[in-house]
Amino acid sequence: MRVLSWLYLALAYAFVFLPIAVLVAFSFQDGRLPVPPFKGFSLQWYDKVLGDSALMTALWHSALVAFVSSALALVMGFLAAHALARVRLPGSVLMRGVLIAPMTVSYLIIALGLLTTFNQAGVSLSLWTAGIGHVVINLPLCFAICYAAMGDQQKNAERAARDLGASEARVLWLISAPMLAPALGAAFFLSVTFSWDEFIITFLLTRFDVTLPVEIWSMLRSGLSPATNAVGSLVFLVSITAVLLMEILLFLRPR
Amino acid sequence: MTLQRAERRLGWGLAAPALLWTLAFFVLPFLAMVVLSFAHMEGRQVVQGLDPGNYIRAFTDWSQLNALINSVEITLTVTVISVVLAWPLAAIIAWRVPPRFQRLALLLAVLPFWTSYVVRSYSWLLVLGKNGVINQALMGLGVIAEPLALASTRSATVIGFVHFFVMLLTLTIYANLIQLSPNYARAAQDLGAGRWATFRHVILPLTLPGVVTGAFLTFVLCIGDYITPQILGGNNELTLPQLIMLQMGRSGNFPMASALSVVLMAVVTLAYAGCSRWLRLDRI
Repeated sequence: MRVLSWLYLALAYAFVFLPIAVLVAFSFQDGRLPVPPFKGFSLQWYDKVLGDSALMTALWHSALVAFVSSALALVMGFLAAHALARVRLPGSVLMRGVLIAPMTVSYLIIALGLLTTFNQAGVSLSLWTAGIGHVVINLPLCFAICYAAMGDQQKNAERAARDLGASEARVLWLISAPMLAPALGAAFFLSVTFSWDEFIITFLLTRFDVTLPVEIWSMLRSGLSPATNAVGSLVFLVSITAVLLMEILLFLRPR
Repeated sequence: MTLQRAERRLGWGLAAPALLWTLAFFVLPFLAMVVLSFAHMEGRQVVQGLDPGNYIRAFTDWSQLNALINSVEITLTVTVISVVLAWPLAAIIAWRVPPRFQRLALLLAVLPFWTSYVVRSYSWLLVLGKNGVINQALMGLGVIAEPLALASTRSATVIGFVHFFVMLLTLTIYANLIQLSPNYARAAQDLGAGRWATFRHVILPLTLPGVVTGAFLTFVLCIGDYITPQILGGNNELTLPQLIMLQMGRSGNFPMASALSVVLMAVVTLAYAGCSRWLRLDRI
């Protein structure tokens, strides 16, 4: 039983890592095809990718959309969570439902709805229209995480501040936000991750100023190439670094 | 009384941006899409109306209905395989791996999640392609003489999906298993249950919330995905999202694409109704 367990674990990890290992290994291929046989070690594809201005522009667009849309979603989600958790409003259950609803709908359908609406309204497609779509998918996430994190402890601190004469804006900025900092950080990090990797909304809602996943998609049309491997490996490297940094920060945080 | 009214006004004010954004960019577009699904095309012109023709076509025209059937079949296959593979993996991590290494084990299991989604599908092409790793290895060993057609098949789509969703299900099932007190198993064994009976009647039912939550997420994300079937499955048998993109792109038939999207939504809603009893979406 014990041996079987470890064998299963090893096989599972092999399955999980196989394509990624192949991806990274053949990004160093000294040849035109990223498949065996391995013809020798070369950094030429990284050189090519890092010098590709279309890719670098897409990278910049991805970062811009990810950070701006996540920040917007976080602010709106936090304020709405505060309102619905603290103030007794008529219809608050319905409002919670409406705010969470986009989470249960496929991105493709959200994108198609927005595309229809923008077409009818005569709005021309750009990075901004894609950004609007990203806020739509990240808002429910930020709202849900903030809402779940609002506990009684904060409630008392907020009430104390209010009794001492703080305006609602000061309460939000000086009491609620700092006390919810871990939740706010997690919501922002997740939003950036989803937005960074999002394909279909950006694909349908931008025209020329595309993001990294869409640019990679257009690279795939020309078939297998070690250049695509190199881009993929770089994205992997950046993400792992970010995840490890998060882990270390969480680990070092005094408890 | 006035205090309460002031408080309410403040509440509305704080909730307003998020609510208006969701109404303007989610609810309204969705309604516009539903309205559009009852329109039809004359030439390349959209004619508004109350025409159920698109829906009739979705369920009677074989090329359209086939996409729905393919999607449901692929999604169910992926969900079942992923659950069956992920359960033992989660159990081994929760029960066999020493506690202080469990976090590391999970982190490693979901590491490929951090590549780009498009790139992950592409990397399976390198493994399954005509001159990919598997074919080259088998031909090198002399097992086969001609390369097997592994890519551009339904199997390739399923493998690509399973690779992603095993990671997701391992997380949800692990989260469930780690909360179970070992006393349940001990109590069952004290009462005379064998190992199999303990597993079948005690442990497995207790992990149902984690399994169903993960399986539902798998179902929803899998049936709505365009990338994996497009890259790995090719154009031999279309899934619903591929057909929607085709209707929109090549034929510019937005009404038909809208109707198919509403059908896709309906399938997801059915799945939700089917497993809402066990769903714990708020506990993820």
